[in-house]
Amino acid sequence: MNDLLVRARTAASTVCDPEIPVLTIADLGMLRDVRLSGDTVEVEITPTYSGCPAMNMIALEIETALHQAGIPHARVTTTLTPAWTTDWLTAEGREKLRAYGIAPPPPASTRRALFGETTTICPRCSSPDTEQLAEFGSTSCKSLWRCRACREPFDLFKCH
Amino acid sequence: MNRLALARADDALILGHRLSEWCGHAPALEEDLALANIALDLIGQARSLYTLAGAATGHDEDHLAYLRDERAFTNLLLVERPNGDFAVTITRQFLYSAYIDPYWRSIAATQSPLAPIAAKAAKESAYHLRHAAEWLIRLGDGTAESHRRAQTALTQLWPYTDELFDPITPDDIAVPRETWDTTVNAVLAEATLTRPDPKWQHRGGRLGTHTEHLGHLLAEMQSLHRSNPGATW
Ligand SMILES: [Zn+2]
Repeated sequence: MNDLLVRARTAASTVCDPEIPVLTIADLGMLRDVRLSGDTVEVEITPTYSGCPAMNMIALEIETALHQAGIPHARVTTTLTPAWTTDWLTAEGREKLRAYGIAPPPPASTRRALFGETTTICPRCSSPDTEQLAEFGSTSCKSLWRCRACREPFDLFKCH
Repeated sequence: MNRLALARADDALILGHRLSEWCGHAPALEEDLALANIALDLIGQARSLYTLAGAATGHDEDHLAYLRDERAFTNLLLVERPNGDFAVTITRQFLYSAYIDPYWRSIAATQSPLAPIAAKAAKESAYHLRHAAEWLIRLGDGTAESHRRAQTALTQLWPYTDELFDPITPDDIAVPRETWDTTVNAVLAEATLTRPDPKWQHRGGRLGTHTEHLGHLLAEMQSLHRSNPGATW
């Protein structure tokens, strides 16, 4: 990879998800490719959810980040395949989520996880004694939970 | 024009718009958020499907959503039914989701151009189906009043369910009736609701022959774009 692409990837990797500002698009696994197309740097991202309203903003912020890194010709494209899954969250991303107070998602490898038949650990006190309050939380990617041990409510990043 | 993608997009957009009408009116805050989130998923699916549908003819998603007339929409009659009370909305969502969830999973495994969109949609529809099923059980097996409303909703909407099983194009896949029956019968049994057996089934949505409700929905949904052509945020 040449120097331009390294700079482009580094710049694109700093862009955060506007709805979960502790996570970058690289942590989320949304950043799929950075490549050269003529004299234009093409950054390929994949949406987390079909209706994710943050996609336009993320694309704009990637272009801005690349411009600030001295890369004037940049374009953001989106791809649907392979479909994004919460399994692509990096280990670092999962730890950042937990420290932010959001329980990281269970592995999506089985459909059982989609239906929540796994244990959710409280991100504050690590107790497994938790209960779901609402399947659909403040954004598409979260559900609302409560810890029976420390009594704190918290968000779970839903398995997808 | 990819007619299959267009019809599936119309289903998702019209149902998504219906659910968005609940925003600020749902019986509880959690439910307001849930219905808005589901609406957002459906409208997102519609955007991807419209983009695919119009790619060959150069029509973008906005053109297909906002600049077609009622007769050009090929959505199911089921999804344009008015929201009614909460039981009607939940029952409509359940009957649709019980079909579309296995549909997305099946078509995602094929070489269809819809497969990449379906792979994402299948994860979303699994949540939608569970949400609607849980509510239907709570309403049916709840109070006498909630049971009465759920049964009334089921009886009203059932004559719009056969259309779900009509393939849209010759290359469309069909979810076996038994798959849908298994899901629906299990939930109805737990909800203590009676499966209706109407003599007549309504059809026509796939041919653009709609009930009077779609025109009113489109008038509201399309008014901004039609009075400000090319408007963007
Ligand atoms: Zn706790």
